[in-house]
Amino acid sequence: MSKQLKWERFSSVILYAGLLCFLFAFVMLGIVPAQMTKASKRDDELAKSVPDNFKEAYATVETYRQGLIRGRDIYVAEACWHCHSQYVRPVSNEVLRYGPVSTPGEYENLLQLPQLFGTRRVGPDLIREGGKRTNDWHFSHFYNPRSVEPQSVMPSYTWYFENVDGKVLPKPDAVALVAYVQWLGSWINQPPTSAMNDIIMPPAE
Amino acid sequence: MSAQDTKVEVPLELVKAHMYIAAAYLMVVVLAGLTYSMQFINIYPFEGVEWLSPGRVRMVHTQAVAYAWLANSLFAVIYYIIPKLTQQPILSKKLGWFVFYAYNTLILLTVTLILGGHAQALEWGETPIILDPFIAVVVVCFVVNIVTSIFRARSKPFYVSVWYILAALIWTPLVFVMGNFLTAFYYGGAAGAAITSMYIHDLVGLFVTPIGIASVYYLLPVLMQRPIFSHALSLIGFWGLAFFYPMNSTHHYLYSPIPFWAQYAGIVASVGVHVVVYTVVFNIIATMAGDWKRVVSDLSLKFMLVGTIFYLITCIQCAVHVTLAVQKIIHFTDWVVGHSHFVLFGVFGFWGFAWVYYLVPRMLKRPMFSQSLCGWHFWLSTLGIAIMNVDLMSAGLVQGFMWRDMSEFIDSVAASMPFWWVRTFSGIMIFVGQVLFVINLYMTVRQQPSKVGYIAVNEGTASA
Repeated sequence: MSKQLKWERFSSVILYAGLLCFLFAFVMLGIVPAQMTKASKRDDELAKSVPDNFKEAYATVETYRQGLIRGRDIYVAEACWHCHSQYVRPVSNEVLRYGPVSTPGEYENLLQLPQLFGTRRVGPDLIREGGKRTNDWHFSHFYNPRSVEPQSVMPSYTWYFENVDGKVLPKPDAVALVAYVQWLGSWINQPPTSAMNDIIMPPAE
Repeated sequence: MSAQDTKVEVPLELVKAHMYIAAAYLMVVVLAGLTYSMQFINIYPFEGVEWLSPGRVRMVHTQAVAYAWLANSLFAVIYYIIPKLTQQPILSKKLGWFVFYAYNTLILLTVTLILGGHAQALEWGETPIILDPFIAVVVVCFVVNIVTSIFRARSKPFYVSVWYILAALIWTPLVFVMGNFLTAFYYGGAAGAAITSMYIHDLVGLFVTPIGIASVYYLLPVLMQRPIFSHALSLIGFWGLAFFYPMNSTHHYLYSPIPFWAQYAGIVASVGVHVVVYTVVFNIIATMAGDWKRVVSDLSLKFMLVGTIFYLITCIQCAVHVTLAVQKIIHFTDWVVGHSHFVLFGVFGFWGFAWVYYLVPRMLKRPMFSQSLCGWHFWLSTLGIAIMNVDLMSAGLVQGFMWRDMSEFIDSVAASMPFWWVRTFSGIMIFVGQVLFVINLYMTVRQQPSKVGYIAVNEGTASA
């Protein structure tokens, strides 16, 4: 090791390996594809109107929007996205199972910043979930997944519910979470029509 | 490696501090991982406890792996290697202690805030966004502390380990800032996924991998008492890593709405990474070859050998599953989970253990408390991670094919159940192994050197 080659020098390692290689990859596979898919104007409005089944919980579009954001924040805080992906691939019969293949434009909104693609499906993909099931199903499922799906391994989220006079009722956070899940893919599906006041909860344990 | 004999101050107290706290975090890692795995077989012990919700525990598990356990062990190794190889002391020990306390305070805050429900939606970077700027500053302090030593020694020829560490120290802050801030504030959706995938992969490829390889290139010749097989191969390996690794990123989101040419590029670069892998593996095995007696009689070398074999397996696995045909089936399944456990625990964890078993007796001037505990740690870890990988790969194939064949989703969950039981079982093996390791380490540290009367330190610990 007496002779020092050009490729072994301090400056070469810092400039070419440390900076140049990294920046090349960062620009070519980070910035360029990112700019290609990024819309010039992001959709921060999220919804033009409040869906019928959430009119009782959210009086105005703005409160509905705040609810969606809160729902997304819970989705992140509880790491839902670690077990549920949010994109449909054009392979493996996913179009039959979930719905149309995902396109970049669908993700150009406030709720996908940061993005929630996910890399694992312990449970099914959720990007086309909106409208597939009723609000009641979702409330029961969040309170105790095994009450509607006996073989489920999803955790129960009882702390988003409260016990009022022997009845288990969703707290605002649970409503926000269901609003968010029902919103996913709402740009493709029709939202469900069951009303909020029809909630039937399993008995408290 | 004549550098071994001369006197330059190695900040041994910093090495010890980072190594011990890494061992403590390892307990958090295995405890969180084991607990989380119980959710899958419906025996989760903390059901209904909000702050111990399985999702949050999962994030603590992965954050503890990357930032608490592995990062601290890598810091310890760097504090040891760099003064030895550059013959320069680190810039400032005070700065070193500042980094130690600040960094680990931030880790504890991370755990607290994640359990409190303030995680960031970035895979391997769930550290709450409010802590990220502070972590970046602390990491830069660490980088300055180390790069100064390398800069001062720049006129001398560098050993391969120094290139790897130098480059990794440049990459790490760049990767951290890019991944955490761009995806949180600027790029969302598919654009964000392109950046996120780069972050996920660079954290492994540009932080853990180069420093891990650097540590092996240092320790192997010392333990084998012979030089590395080929200097040229290590040069090819290093530049291969620098060129190909950063471009692997998009392979985490294949068939996603990211532009497809970028996905192809990620696949090609992932196959290119094999240049790195084969040169490194060949270099390590060729250095060991001919003196297997020494390898099997030294616990550090055994961990290094098994880690290297796992490295080869895991990278062949990667070359297979990164292809589009296999990706159709195994993406989103437990296969990937098995792969990442194999890489981070089976490879870099094992290389880290090699360092602990090398350094601790030499720093403390006494043998490990119990040789039989060392053996249990080795075998439980090896068998545990091997069983886990085979089990999760199989589970992944079952899940992937059931999904393709349009089984009800819940049926794929039911079919996974036996695999998840085996996974928890292998997790218990790993858990017990690591607990024994930490007990052994603790007892070794607590022992008084005089009572043992062991002075087998003849290399490397010139100063303290």
